[in-house]
Amino acid sequence: MKDFNYIQPDSLSQAGKYLSNRNNDAVILSGGTDLLSLIKENIYTNENVVNLKTIPNLNNIKYKKGEGLTIGALTKISDVAESKIIKEKFTVLAEAAKEIASLQLRNMGTVGGNICQRPRCWYYREDFDCIKKGGGECFAYQGENKYHCIIGGGPCYIVHPSDLAVALTALDAKVKLFFDDSSRIIPIHEFFILPEDDYLFENILRDGEIVTEIIIPDLPDGAKSSYIKIKERETWDFAVVSAAAVISKKGSNIKSGKIAYGGVAPIPWTEEIINKSLKNLNADKNEIEKISKIILADAEPLEKNKYKVILAKNLVKRILTNLVLDA
Amino acid sequence: MSKDSESNKISRRNFLGKAGTGIVGSTILISSIGAADKTGPDLAEAPPIDPKETDILNLWVNGKKQKLKINPSSTLAEVLRNKLNLTGTKIVCNQGACGGCTVVMDNKAVYACHMLALDAAGKKVVTIEGLLEGEELNHLQEAFIEKDGLQCGFCTPGQIMSAYALLLSKPNPNREDIMEAMSGNICRCGAYPNILDSVLLAVQNKN
Repeated sequence: MKDFNYIQPDSLSQAGKYLSNRNNDAVILSGGTDLLSLIKENIYTNENVVNLKTIPNLNNIKYKKGEGLTIGALTKISDVAESKIIKEKFTVLAEAAKEIASLQLRNMGTVGGNICQRPRCWYYREDFDCIKKGGGECFAYQGENKYHCIIGGGPCYIVHPSDLAVALTALDAKVKLFFDDSSRIIPIHEFFILPEDDYLFENILRDGEIVTEIIIPDLPDGAKSSYIKIKERETWDFAVVSAAAVISKKGSNIKSGKIAYGGVAPIPWTEEIINKSLKNLNADKNEIEKISKIILADAEPLEKNKYKVILAKNLVKRILTNLVLDA
Repeated sequence: MSKDSESNKISRRNFLGKAGTGIVGSTILISSIGAADKTGPDLAEAPPIDPKETDILNLWVNGKKQKLKINPSSTLAEVLRNKLNLTGTKIVCNQGACGGCTVVMDNKAVYACHMLALDAAGKKVVTIEGLLEGEELNHLQEAFIEKDGLQCGFCTPGQIMSAYALLLSKPNPNREDIMEAMSGNICRCGAYPNILDSVLLAVQNKN
């Protein structure tokens, strides 16, 4: 691995100041499970690595009824997967956390790092001068694109690799960011950006800006949620397609619901038209079938990933059936 | 070259020893050439310093407190193997994907090849060597021998450390618990059925 210096700030303020000075050529280290891969593959060549793990108060899970859940960005993914309150109340998030990589990596990786991880596209990870690395073109577009996006692509065709981001999108989470000694809170759908807006990055973070907390509004009593991830092997794999759904029921009707998809787009994907159609829906088998037919209507799959459209539609059928009919 | 360099009192061996220390070494080399005619301390005999070893790491390994001078870009696996000679921890894929480097840190399984050694500062690390109870093998190790939980054996230290971490948090796991907790450890020989049986036997023997 290329040599670098290990910078250990005592506070967020110190870390932010160091990171925002471009002369420092610095990068954030949280769990390091993605960063070390990027350094080992010479994709990142920063001189300084800034460890956030020993900054106090960034590693905790708090729940207050009526207000919701907050998760510090440095919380380990395994702590989210095992948290009693998250398993009970925000099931979709615990299930997504449990689907991530392997136990060892969940013990190392953090929530903040998970939503900020870089894409798994093989052209990005391997020795190709692709558009995301500042090169001229996306090699996946006409190349090996089995695992690439079917919607929202261009000029770069990655899919966002984070499982948590998909669950957090379905939960209408917010992200708290620290910059220049002050904080701002933004909805998670504003955090992620499409390649058409900026193909070099997957989110709006500026130099020196740090994700410090995830905020999830409380769910009504009786709300149900679930995360299903389709992968090519049972363990330690990224999603081919995944779906997160959060549903509130009233009698046999769905009162409101939200579905988000992973593995289909460069950001966690959700469709307002589908979420609206879930409102006050008498969710029987036929209605679920109808919804699964109209999801991802604007998909433009590439040559080798047309299968993802069918997979996503069936996945939505399965997740709604599980949540609504098998209850 | 030998005659000239001998007249300057710099042998090939000394030269390599000095040059090998990089930037710091080259300054020493120049100053020692200048001072060659006078008698002074033979700097070439000083122990070679790796100028990249700039950071101090304090941690506990197998119950022993260690204070080490390391390169900040060293992984925990590299430090365990190269600094502490604990070569039971294997570096196999070196990208946090196979589990051969699994050690237990603060009672949880982690990939030592894919974390910085400095991230283990202040932590308690247990490696396969730490499972020995005096000269006796740990009951997990005994079970792996009894149930033949390996073929080539290269993944075995990692497998055993994953199982060890599981038993710390869940002393009576069932088959599914074991499969789930150990799914981050790959065995290319495919000895999985025997690995499972080994862990189950260890659980049974402990009870």
